[in-house]
Amino acid sequence: MKNSTPDSTPVRRGALALLLALGLSACAGTGGHPKDPLEPLNRATFSFNETADRYVMRPVAQVYDLAPLPVKVGVGNFFGNLGDFWIGVNNLLQGKFVDGLSDGGRLLINSTIGIFGIFDIATEMGLEKHDEDLGQTLGRWGVGDGPYLVLPLLGPSNLRDTVGLVGDLNVDPIWGVEDIGERNRLTALRFINRRAQLLGADTTADQAALDKYGYMRSFYIQYRRSQVYDGRPPREKDEDDDSGAE
Amino acid sequence: MKKISSLIATLVLGLGVQFAALADTVAPDALVKGVTDDVITIVRQDKAIQSGDTRKAVELVETKVLPYFDFAHMTRLAVGKDWKQASADQKAQLTQEFKTLLVRTYSNALTQYRNQQIDFKPLKAKPEDTDVVVRTEVRQAGAKPVQIDYSLDKQGDNWKVYDVMVAGVSLVTNYRDSFGQEVRAGGIDGLIKSLKDKNKQLETTVSAKK
Repeated sequence: MKNSTPDSTPVRRGALALLLALGLSACAGTGGHPKDPLEPLNRATFSFNETADRYVMRPVAQVYDLAPLPVKVGVGNFFGNLGDFWIGVNNLLQGKFVDGLSDGGRLLINSTIGIFGIFDIATEMGLEKHDEDLGQTLGRWGVGDGPYLVLPLLGPSNLRDTVGLVGDLNVDPIWGVEDIGERNRLTALRFINRRAQLLGADTTADQAALDKYGYMRSFYIQYRRSQVYDGRPPREKDEDDDSGAE
Repeated sequence: MKKISSLIATLVLGLGVQFAALADTVAPDALVKGVTDDVITIVRQDKAIQSGDTRKAVELVETKVLPYFDFAHMTRLAVGKDWKQASADQKAQLTQEFKTLLVRTYSNALTQYRNQQIDFKPLKAKPEDTDVVVRTEVRQAGAKPVQIDYSLDKQGDNWKVYDVMVAGVSLVTNYRDSFGQEVRAGGIDGLIKSLKDKNKQLETTVSAKK
């Protein structure tokens, strides 16, 4: 290893080229976003995702959206219930014991009286649904979010949340289904259901944004920060505001 | 009979809100609740808005919502540190275009309203506060509730909204990155031009839809 020249293998050369490209893009980015050193790569993935969404995901979600509301609600509740166990664990990991217990209660109630989670009886009983994942837990533990990343098909993320996602998938009940066909069908249904919930919000984002990539990036960074602090992030010092008042 | 009584109820509710708006110092949470209830009552009854008539939705927003928003403050927040280098005329143009963009976008979003329930959280503020956040939550069956928070500050006797946060994301400062980019590329005038182009493009899609 020691005496091999840097360009001795194609792999090395590729890695070198990539590093160089990243370095260059980081340099070129004096005006770039400090959290987005991989912007050129991210933008490419983003436009791939946009195309895939326009021609495949969104049309499929629109068809699914024609289903009667109770069916869609049942599907959403079913997957929501499967997630409550891991949400509870993450609440415990973050030291929020009351929330964690409440999530356990939700799982128990909805899996039984709620018939496999199809009915969200627990919410009606006052046990509120939470939203936690490993990325948020890491954030709560003080892990910084790292560079912004756009994942193929999954969309906006960052280094911390991508690591978290790998952990989430490891314990995911659907990802753990043995039968591959069954697992793929359930994964597809979950994905479509989630995409259908975003119909409407997506057009709003299209209309609101001057540059949709930048708009989504900014949205994701703020959104995850808010989630880590359960909707009450400490106020960021806003030196840009008071300076402008006349 | 039912129709008439609900009509009367709407009228009374609408009038109530109007009177409340006339009173000098409406508490910020009462203000947000009054405007929200007012708008939702209208959207619930207006088949045209429900079926996507953006023009009608814009009209509704302009008459019922705009008087309670401080767009100059919103624009200043969205532009950030570059605001200082803008001339008075540029500031006025920026505010006008940003206002048009926000009104178009969120009027359109209003046409998507479908019976979601809106809960108002108790206001945590002291009587002497002049800058408060009014928290609300939109509930919909089968989906997580979405937080919508309004920042208001007191100007004289009136409270005005200067920021709206959806799921913890400020819809105003969310523009700061792209605005900064535009200013670096083409100065303040470049940003004004981009906003104008965007609004023109929205205008054509809106009229094409009709």
